[in-house]
Amino acid sequence: MSDLTDLYQAVILDHNKRPRNRGRIPQATRVASGDNPTCGDNCTVYLQMDGDRIGKIGFDGSGCAISQASASLMTTQLEGKTLAEAEGQFEDFKDIVTTGKEPEEFSEVAAFAGVHAFPARIKCATLSWHAAIDALKKPDSPVEE
Amino acid sequence: MSCDFSNLRLDFPVLDQHVGDHPLVYLDNAATTHKPRAVIDAIARFYERDNSNVHRGLHALSMRATDGYEAARERTAKFINAAESAEVVFTSGTTASVNLVAQSWARDNLKPGDVVVCTEMEHHSNMVPWQIVCQQTGATLRYIPVLGENAEGGLDLDAFDKLLQENVKLVAFTHISNTLGTINPAAEMCAKAKLAGALTVVDGAQSAGHENVDVQAMGCDFYVFSGHKMAAPTGIGVLYGRKELLDVMSPWQGGGGMISTVAYEGSQWKPSPERFEAGTPNVADAIGLHAAMDYLDSVGRPAIGRHESELAGLAYDALSELPGIRILGPVSGQPRAGLVSFAFEGVHAHDVVTFADQDGVALRGGHHCNQPLMRKLGLPSTTRASFYLYNTPADVDALVTSMRRILKFFGVE
Repeated sequence: MSDLTDLYQAVILDHNKRPRNRGRIPQATRVASGDNPTCGDNCTVYLQMDGDRIGKIGFDGSGCAISQASASLMTTQLEGKTLAEAEGQFEDFKDIVTTGKEPEEFSEVAAFAGVHAFPARIKCATLSWHAAIDALKKPDSPVEE
Repeated sequence: MSCDFSNLRLDFPVLDQHVGDHPLVYLDNAATTHKPRAVIDAIARFYERDNSNVHRGLHALSMRATDGYEAARERTAKFINAAESAEVVFTSGTTASVNLVAQSWARDNLKPGDVVVCTEMEHHSNMVPWQIVCQQTGATLRYIPVLGENAEGGLDLDAFDKLLQENVKLVAFTHISNTLGTINPAAEMCAKAKLAGALTVVDGAQSAGHENVDVQAMGCDFYVFSGHKMAAPTGIGVLYGRKELLDVMSPWQGGGGMISTVAYEGSQWKPSPERFEAGTPNVADAIGLHAAMDYLDSVGRPAIGRHESELAGLAYDALSELPGIRILGPVSGQPRAGLVSFAFEGVHAHDVVTFADQDGVALRGGHHCNQPLMRKLGLPSTTRASFYLYNTPADVDALVTSMRRILKFFGVE
């Protein structure tokens, strides 16, 4: 079936195998976690803010290929963004994974369009985004070990 | 015994379908099993001919419904060899049965300093109710450890002996682990608990309907199970309890059907089992449960158990040749119930399950309602294949072929 290839596009397989920005950031000033209790997936996002923009972003956690690749790809998308910009991107991303509609401008996140055919996996793709938005909404404070 | 299991699939209408381009290979039986035509027909017949409320009506339909409901109770008592049918309480399922014992017997009898023992391999439904009642009463919950890095060693019975030297009032454990496939020595554990003066609750969700169960020979005080995991409908389950215990236990829920007299100042309860069946019971599904028990016994439960274990053994041996696999529970050659849980290094269980689904193979991926055990074993989740009487060696082949494909897809060779 070709649906599977749609779901696990090369971009997703690549980010799953070689995640970008994996690991906590020592100088993180904001952190938030999310989990999917039904499947046991979890994700923590670390932010080092530069004014109201994300200076550095990292993530940690465990989960399926969809959730790990989504977190990895997200970190490459959110660097330098403000909360409002990140929320806008998350809305676009949710649109892609729930409708399968590809974005007008070329973007790697289009790889996630295949997720819409697998409703049970949408929450895997959005887990890290929820954590990132939660972290962005927090005030700056040193993150404890 | 020679039973031809290869044709039993035909008795289950739902199995006659394709998922995508592939015939359905249903290997999620530890979660729920399918229903044979005989069960579906029994439920339909009840709604088409006899549907009525039970116990209170004097008209023909109500009497037929009552007869059907009480016949199901008699059949259940025979199915598990209870001493009498009044020891069979119908509930909505295993979870409700455990909660009933926790909120009735345990809540009334536990106090600070008392100990409840369960095991590290319990399903959440035989763990969380005890956590709640221990919180309510000040009693302490202790766990029998699971041995081995893949939990292959089963329960640490020496540790159980040590725990029993404490002030243990109740021991709750699963007969067969839904995560590991381990078959626990139920009779031996009940005997030990009894000697220590503790009551026993045996979770039979994975054993009832898979082997002959004799609650008197097992020596348990309570035995709980669900219909839907043994070819019966969802929403019907059983609490077996020894009569002398049930008769002194407080009701869990109040309402119609469970009282002998009601006054504004207070009420008096009926004896068991009515005491624990407030409200209109699930008549149709009790009748479905009856039909399921007849069906299973027409095949033969010991033969069903052997068949499932054989399939699990085949799956274990074939899967163990795959690269990067970790299989939980008893090793090859050791007694194992009809399921296999496993994890691949580098491929998450949810990817495995989504992939297998594309091959028509229905599996379960996740923590199988045992988060603490998964944490202890250092696994976020596993993939589980669980078998029932309608599965065949060809289903095991489909499973293994699908697993090989996913490993190739994810570049694990």
